[in-house]
Amino acid sequence: MIELHDVHKRLGTRQILAGMTLRVPKGMNFVLMGPSGSGKSVTLKHVIGILKPDQGSVQVDGQEVPTMSRTQLMTLRKRMGYLFQNGALINWLSVADNVGLPLREHARLPKSELDDRVQQVLRLVKLDHAAAQFPPSISGGMKLRAGLARALVTNPEYVLYDEPNAGLDPIISHQIHELIAQVRDDLGVTGLIVTHSRACATHCGDRIGILEEGRLAIEGTVDEMVRSDHPLARAFLGGGSD
Amino acid sequence: MNPLAMLGRFATTRADSAGFVCDLLLRTALYLPRLRRRFRFLLDTAFNAGVRSLPVTMVVAAFAGAILAMQTGIELRRFGDTAVLGTITALSMCREMGPFITGVILAATVGSSIAAELGTMQVSDEIAALEVMSVDPVDYLVLPRVVALAIMCPLLTVLSDLIGIYGGSVIAEHNLGVSPTLYWISAREALTSSGMLLPKEVYVGLLKAFVFGIAIATVSCAAGLRASGGALGVGLAVQTAVRNSVILIIVLGFIVTWFFYFLGG
Repeated sequence: MIELHDVHKRLGTRQILAGMTLRVPKGMNFVLMGPSGSGKSVTLKHVIGILKPDQGSVQVDGQEVPTMSRTQLMTLRKRMGYLFQNGALINWLSVADNVGLPLREHARLPKSELDDRVQQVLRLVKLDHAAAQFPPSISGGMKLRAGLARALVTNPEYVLYDEPNAGLDPIISHQIHELIAQVRDDLGVTGLIVTHSRACATHCGDRIGILEEGRLAIEGTVDEMVRSDHPLARAFLGGGSD
Repeated sequence: MNPLAMLGRFATTRADSAGFVCDLLLRTALYLPRLRRRFRFLLDTAFNAGVRSLPVTMVVAAFAGAILAMQTGIELRRFGDTAVLGTITALSMCREMGPFITGVILAATVGSSIAAELGTMQVSDEIAALEVMSVDPVDYLVLPRVVALAIMCPLLTVLSDLIGIYGGSVIAEHNLGVSPTLYWISAREALTSSGMLLPKEVYVGLLKAFVFGIAIATVSCAAGLRASGGALGVGLAVQTAVRNSVILIIVLGFIVTWFFYFLGG
């Protein structure tokens, strides 16, 4: 379970998080929505320990993330996947090498087994045809799918998705949404999803929370949120959104 | 703004940067046993460093040797002692000029490229991606670059020394009337006259180059890893890397010389 309690974070002169409290039970996809700059991506970075809160608690499975040693943090991160907004692929590695990177670094797998696993996740994200290509020569959508494959290759317990459909066309977006839901249903992966997309939120999410001024302004199940009269829920999940 | 506060902030920033570089170097050293896993990257970086800086090194070293011979030769001619021109050029190139020239060229070509590469990775979340995969960027990115430059800088320095001495010989023959045979005998004697295989000057010069290689790579990696704020941040990282590398080359060069010729006797 992922839990944040009363997290405050200031970056430069801006107060990004101001009393952020959040609870993501295991096996669930929690969608975080909110205006740009409201602290959605910063929340994800706290969960994976890239950022430390100025105040408050960030826990994964009861373990306090900000006070973890480097070794403990690395152990935790091996159980997590993270999809960055732009895929964040290493430019000089091929798509297959990018996807296989966490396995090559940590899993003592024979090369054939490693290659099989990489091919398996590349097929999952429909990118097996581009395995030998390099990031500068593929589209933004392909980069994102490769990033997703890399996040899933280690069979993580948690995946943090930062704008999983940013820059994708509706067809590929739909495929990604299906995939995120499938990852939760078939593999039991817990997801924390940051998105602006109504389709993504309603298709992939079990619960939706909307941030405003550094904290959750409203939270509920997908049905509750879609029916809500709260102005933020209307703005992000109303018929005209997305 | 209060000048004391400004001074305090300046000192804190500089101390923070210096601390980051020292920490990076220490962590890189701790990862040395894992170097075998990074052998491919190490070879790539070493090859790139060599290829990228070789032509410039050759040109600059040749002219530096020529200038050295010219300036020294003018004075020696006044005393009628141009016979030692080969000795002076060879020892000066090996002791100081070779490592210095190579270091500065590596800082400008390879150091800037390292800072730009890592800086771009930092601002596009690639470094963060490595961290969330539990891959330490120090192990994956910094270690091969530091080791590659620690190897390549002395190798390029040897080449730089030889080309510089040759550049000096051209000036000695054509402008100062020193016969090539005399120049080369004098240079060879200077480089073989000690009881050791090579004189102290050569070893000190190579040690300097080794230290410069480590310093350039570490400082450049540190600048790249601390980049922030998009393209502007990458540009600043490159600027910082080259500026700090050149300052360190001069300071460390002084310290090594002082240690071996004044402290150690």
